[in-house]
Amino acid sequence: MSINEVQDEIIEEFGLLAGDRESTIFYIMELGQKLEALPEEHQIDDNLIKGCQSKVWLVTKFEGGKVFFHADSNTDITKGLISILIRVLSGRTTAEIQQADLYFIEKIGMNNVIGSQRSNGFAAMIKQMKLFAFAYQAKAASEQSSN
Amino acid sequence: MLDIAKIREEFPILHQEVNGFPLVYFDNAATSQKPKKVIEALVKYYEGTNSNVHRGAHTLASQATEQFEQTREAARAFLNASSTEEVIFTKGTTEGLNLVASSFGRSQIQEGDEVIISTMEHHSNIVPWQILCEEKKAILKVIPMTDEGELIFEEYEKLLSEKTKLVSIVHVSNSLGTINPIKQYIDLAHRYGAVVMVDGAQSSPHFQLDVQDLDCDFFVFSAHKIYGPTGMGVLYGKKALLEKMPPYLGGGEMIKEVTFEKTTYNDLPFKFEAGTPNIGDTIALKYALDFMNEIGREKIAAHEQDLLAYATEQMKAIDRVKIIGEARNKVGVISFNVEGMHHFDVGMLMDANGIAIRTGHHCTQPLMHRLGIDGTVRASFAIYNTKEEVDRMVGSLRKIIAKFAK
Repeated sequence: MSINEVQDEIIEEFGLLAGDRESTIFYIMELGQKLEALPEEHQIDDNLIKGCQSKVWLVTKFEGGKVFFHADSNTDITKGLISILIRVLSGRTTAEIQQADLYFIEKIGMNNVIGSQRSNGFAAMIKQMKLFAFAYQAKAASEQSSN
Repeated sequence: MLDIAKIREEFPILHQEVNGFPLVYFDNAATSQKPKKVIEALVKYYEGTNSNVHRGAHTLASQATEQFEQTREAARAFLNASSTEEVIFTKGTTEGLNLVASSFGRSQIQEGDEVIISTMEHHSNIVPWQILCEEKKAILKVIPMTDEGELIFEEYEKLLSEKTKLVSIVHVSNSLGTINPIKQYIDLAHRYGAVVMVDGAQSSPHFQLDVQDLDCDFFVFSAHKIYGPTGMGVLYGKKALLEKMPPYLGGGEMIKEVTFEKTTYNDLPFKFEAGTPNIGDTIALKYALDFMNEIGREKIAAHEQDLLAYATEQMKAIDRVKIIGEARNKVGVISFNVEGMHHFDVGMLMDANGIAIRTGHHCTQPLMHRLGIDGTVRASFAIYNTKEEVDRMVGSLRKIIAKFAK
């Protein structure tokens, strides 16, 4: 499924919640509780995303030209939020991640649901994920040119 | 009996739905809501009186000055200070603390001197003293606390010595609700010749104050926590101390005469009020003080104690809820955590139920470290809150726990 197909799927799922704030938060928290926990050795300060009020640890793997994300957080809502981003962006090429237009955020009215402070944290997560993609791409390019 | 329904009518903001539920406002320790009379006073001032104070060559200016100074008299009476010269208008508690740290602190604290604060201070009663102590090479000492959230008087006694120049402690903890037996702390500090500052941000909304009886040297509070406007506060200081202190800010209002060679300063309290003050909010503060006086501070305290007792009992009956801060004397503040849930998640779900509470470290990170936690959920009550609202909170909490607590 393409990034946009996954986004459309998310928009449809959130559409079923009909804008009810409580159900939407419940849903995000449930997604968070389903996210596989990150081993404790990865829950270190070096892996924290800066700009989040809660603690969000993000680790990455670069395999076969694709970036894989794993994350955890000390709060279920934040865990739910990063799990949505992982669903959209993990296992994609560096170019796909960098170019991704994440229109689902506005479509599902995310900012209204999570409020402005958490929206800033959410934006920080996206920025960090795109940065990783950029770094892997730059690294791959420099390895290629040195070969 | 107080007619709380009638009191609630005076607060327009309370009558609305948030996220589809009638608002329950339990974030009063952060800021209280404002009665109509305070809001109307602001509008009336800007519509009818707006003029700069203390330089009245015209009628409106003298009206504005008169109303402005009426607030000073009302604030004096609120604190039972002996004179309006001892009542200085500030931006709020934080500025009052910084004013004293900067003016009294810089002029009186020397290398090797000691300043004492407590474990349960708000950051605004920590950071100004840290800055001062760093600059002066003075030493900052901290009164320890029990697990229940009470300061340990015997340990305080051990910290005091002839080196202690200043003690600055919180009257009521914003995070735990603990009412510190402040008079005892003041008396003991005075025996060592130390000056005592009291952070009254969280005591001023809840019970009767008497700075002469307490015999504190400085006392600060914020208007916005006592049903008044934001951006306005009061610093009380004993006249003899204030007279000796150098100005905090230089500018208009605070001078007697300025030449390029030398400036002489204005008398108290104006020496500490440089620049055009926050006139509108200051005038409106009087209406907040009137509001509290009309109900009566004993009655406010009694109502909030009643709510606290009721809420504490209800909360303790919920499985997985742990109340943080169980001092014997508390104001209407309940800090708590839910076992297996993060306080942010609890707060967000309660907000979805229309219940406004605060989550996080409440600007008391050292206190959180002492308790070994990174934050709490905090419900804090005011005169307009009811037992039905407590029931709403308890119901919401039970639902959240049943669904999410792991």
